[in-house]
Amino acid sequence: MAPLLEVRGLEAQYGWTKVLHGLTFSVEEGGITTILGANGAGKTTTLRAVCGMVRTRGEVTFDGRPIAGRATEDLVRLGIAHVPEGRGTFVNLTVEENLRLGAYARGGAGLGDDMARVFQYFPVLMERRRQTAGTLSGGEQQMLAVARGLMARPRLLLLDEPSLGLAPLVVREIFRIVRTINREQRVSVLLVEQNASLALRLASHAYLIETGRVVMSGPAAELRENETVRRAYLGY
Amino acid sequence: MTGRVLRSGLLAAALVLAVALPFTVSNFRMFQFTQVFIYAIAVLGLNILIGFNGQFSLGHSAFYAIGAYTAAIMIDRWSVPYGWTIPTAGVLCLVAGFLFGIPALRLEGLYLALATFALALSVPQILKYFENWTGGSQGIVLTKPGAPAGIPLNPDQWLYFLTLAILLVLFVLARNLLAGRTGRAIVAIRDNPIAAEAMGVNTALYKSLTFGVSAAYTGVAGALSAIVIAYVAPDAFDVFLSITFLVAVVVGGLASITGAIFGALFIQFVPNWAQDISKAAPWAIYGVLLIGFMYAVPRGIVGGLRLAAARWSRRREPAPATESSRG
Amino acid sequence: MDILLQQIVSGLATGGIYGSVALALVMIYEATDIVNFAQGQMAVVSTYIAWSLLNAGVPYWAAFVATLAVSFVGGLLLERIVIRPVEGAPVLTVVIVCIGLLVIFNSALGWVYSYIQKPFPSPFPDRPLRVGNVYFGAHDIGALAVTILVLIALYCFFQFTTLGLAMRAAAQNPTSSRLCGIRVGWMLAIGWGLASLIGAVAGMMVAPIVTLDPNMMAGILIYAFASATLGGFTSPGGAVLGGLIVGVIENLVGTYVHFIGTELKLTVALAMILIVLLVRPSGLFGRTAVHRV
Repeated sequence: MAPLLEVRGLEAQYGWTKVLHGLTFSVEEGGITTILGANGAGKTTTLRAVCGMVRTRGEVTFDGRPIAGRATEDLVRLGIAHVPEGRGTFVNLTVEENLRLGAYARGGAGLGDDMARVFQYFPVLMERRRQTAGTLSGGEQQMLAVARGLMARPRLLLLDEPSLGLAPLVVREIFRIVRTINREQRVSVLLVEQNASLALRLASHAYLIETGRVVMSGPAAELRENETVRRAYLGY
Repeated sequence: MTGRVLRSGLLAAALVLAVALPFTVSNFRMFQFTQVFIYAIAVLGLNILIGFNGQFSLGHSAFYAIGAYTAAIMIDRWSVPYGWTIPTAGVLCLVAGFLFGIPALRLEGLYLALATFALALSVPQILKYFENWTGGSQGIVLTKPGAPAGIPLNPDQWLYFLTLAILLVLFVLARNLLAGRTGRAIVAIRDNPIAAEAMGVNTALYKSLTFGVSAAYTGVAGALSAIVIAYVAPDAFDVFLSITFLVAVVVGGLASITGAIFGALFIQFVPNWAQDISKAAPWAIYGVLLIGFMYAVPRGIVGGLRLAAARWSRRREPAPATESSRG
Repeated sequence: MDILLQQIVSGLATGGIYGSVALALVMIYEATDIVNFAQGQMAVVSTYIAWSLLNAGVPYWAAFVATLAVSFVGGLLLERIVIRPVEGAPVLTVVIVCIGLLVIFNSALGWVYSYIQKPFPSPFPDRPLRVGNVYFGAHDIGALAVTILVLIALYCFFQFTTLGLAMRAAAQNPTSSRLCGIRVGWMLAIGWGLASLIGAVAGMMVAPIVTLDPNMMAGILIYAFASATLGGFTSPGGAVLGGLIVGVIENLVGTYVHFIGTELKLTVALAMILIVLLVRPSGLFGRTAVHRV
């Protein structure tokens, strides 16, 4: 089966500084793939590059179609939902309005059903749906961000550091929900994470990047056993 | 290294040109350049505030007016020699700017803009109100001073060189101020006030002081303009003058000392060109030129020159790492 | 007492106009951090369009609606054509472009229509309205009603339509909006269109009071600026309320405090606003900006 997202020789730069040096990776349809790496390795940039948010060079195909250089606004229409670093919450809008915006690109058909579905995954958002998003806790905002992404009915969900700044218990809860969504909705996931141990437990396939290059890749279980990965990223 | 040599060369050439100018062009043209130097002083003052310190002002026409009226009243009412009125105007505006800067500390961005805007709006009205001192809407007519005995220059030439000399002194002063410790504090406040405060910069004091210095420059320019034009009237100091200064700051280049000269040249000569192009709607032409200019060099003339220089040196040397990467 | 009531209503009428222009300023400011100095002048252009239509014999309300449509499209195109090329430039650069627009419009209007003042009709009857023993100017009441209607329509648009929601989102968080598929550039353009439309209403409502000339809005823009500052540049509702407050204060000061007279009226109004600002530096209803270190 051809991969859903295929990236070949991806380069990206901020100003005159190159951040990615020819990254190659792919995401299987229906799977969870994770990209691991330290701070500054280029994880966030990779997602931003896929979404046309930075200047890039290289091949990006989604579902067999080349998408490199497409405008960010168009990608969600193709079926890619990006949950950005720092959650990208519209803090002055209500939870419900945030969710409505998630469905904006597809014209809002079946809005009620979709909202009911994400409320099943995230019951707390149902309780808080009339509150402005800025009043939510960090964990709730992360849930809202994932829920907003789901409202687009994506085929691929890009998650950027969902664990950032959250308590371990909350992180585990969110990861559990992501797994459920992946199984039930057949949404493929590309997860970028610093928390390698959690990410490797969730994902089926993993890439390790350092300073903008892939240095190791393989099934998540294999990477978990790898000596180097264990020492440098898992810490035991 | 070559860049510095080039810059010194250009500066020397500009100076030679400036000194030779009064003997090569008409009196009227020379008068226009005197006006450019005066504007440049005011624009530099405003740029110190906006460009280097990040405080916004639409009220500098008020300080220009204070400077002008200080000179005019001292000369006309008290027969003070004009030479004394220039530093007096500077000091007076320094104090006025400093005092205005204190309440302005509480205001940021737009709110400061409105506060200063209000100041600029009220000045012509206030000047008309205190008729006994200011001559009301009629203003005050002065006589143009001649060159001191023994200097073979006509009055306009003398004032040209006087203005040029003051301009040079003030530019060197500004350069030294901004290149040193004080300058770093002023810029740090613009870039990150909280971090500056944390590093021990007395933000409040520096901001008020910068306001004062900025006003002082503009006040000196105002005094010079009163002497050179030999006339002051309230309506010359309306809000539009403030906006013109702002245009000059942005056109010249924010946070650039030499930019003030370019900006001053723009506000002095471009309206004239516009007049030449269309007598019917000169300001429409001016607006088009202004917008076109901003398209061509969105970061002002000096910003554009810096970009060109960076590109040029990049072609010869490997690129410097300017930005840090993100994870 | 009756005079007081009359003056308050009259103040509310002009205050509504200040508030409308203030709202137009705030809408663009919230989305882009730009103060559109050309806002008032754009309104004057709209009013001249209406004047030309009326002069050509178009009935008032048809001309009114046509002017709104033209103003909306004009504002939208202005953003796409003139402002867009400097989208990524520093804020002050865009402000200078707006100043350029201001002088272009002003000068072009003077060229086409001359600077001579032109009377502009009011759609409301000349006869004052009598309530009990108090007489109100029909145009004051009518202008206030039109302003309120426009504001309500606008509120509903932003609150209850998907497009309105998308515009609010784009103003607040452009990056996230793009990820949701919102075309942020077009949202800005529509914002300019709406701001221009609001200005057109304000222009047509104020022209019968002050008569039409190319500089008609200069003073009003200053009051609008003050209103927005008073209410808070981050609060659309605050801007409108600020306008009403400024309008009423201005009127009452002019009527009751004789030594100030019309000469210093503006100075006094601004001074009062400055005092408010010193107590509440972000306006009465504005959010205090939170800075990240």
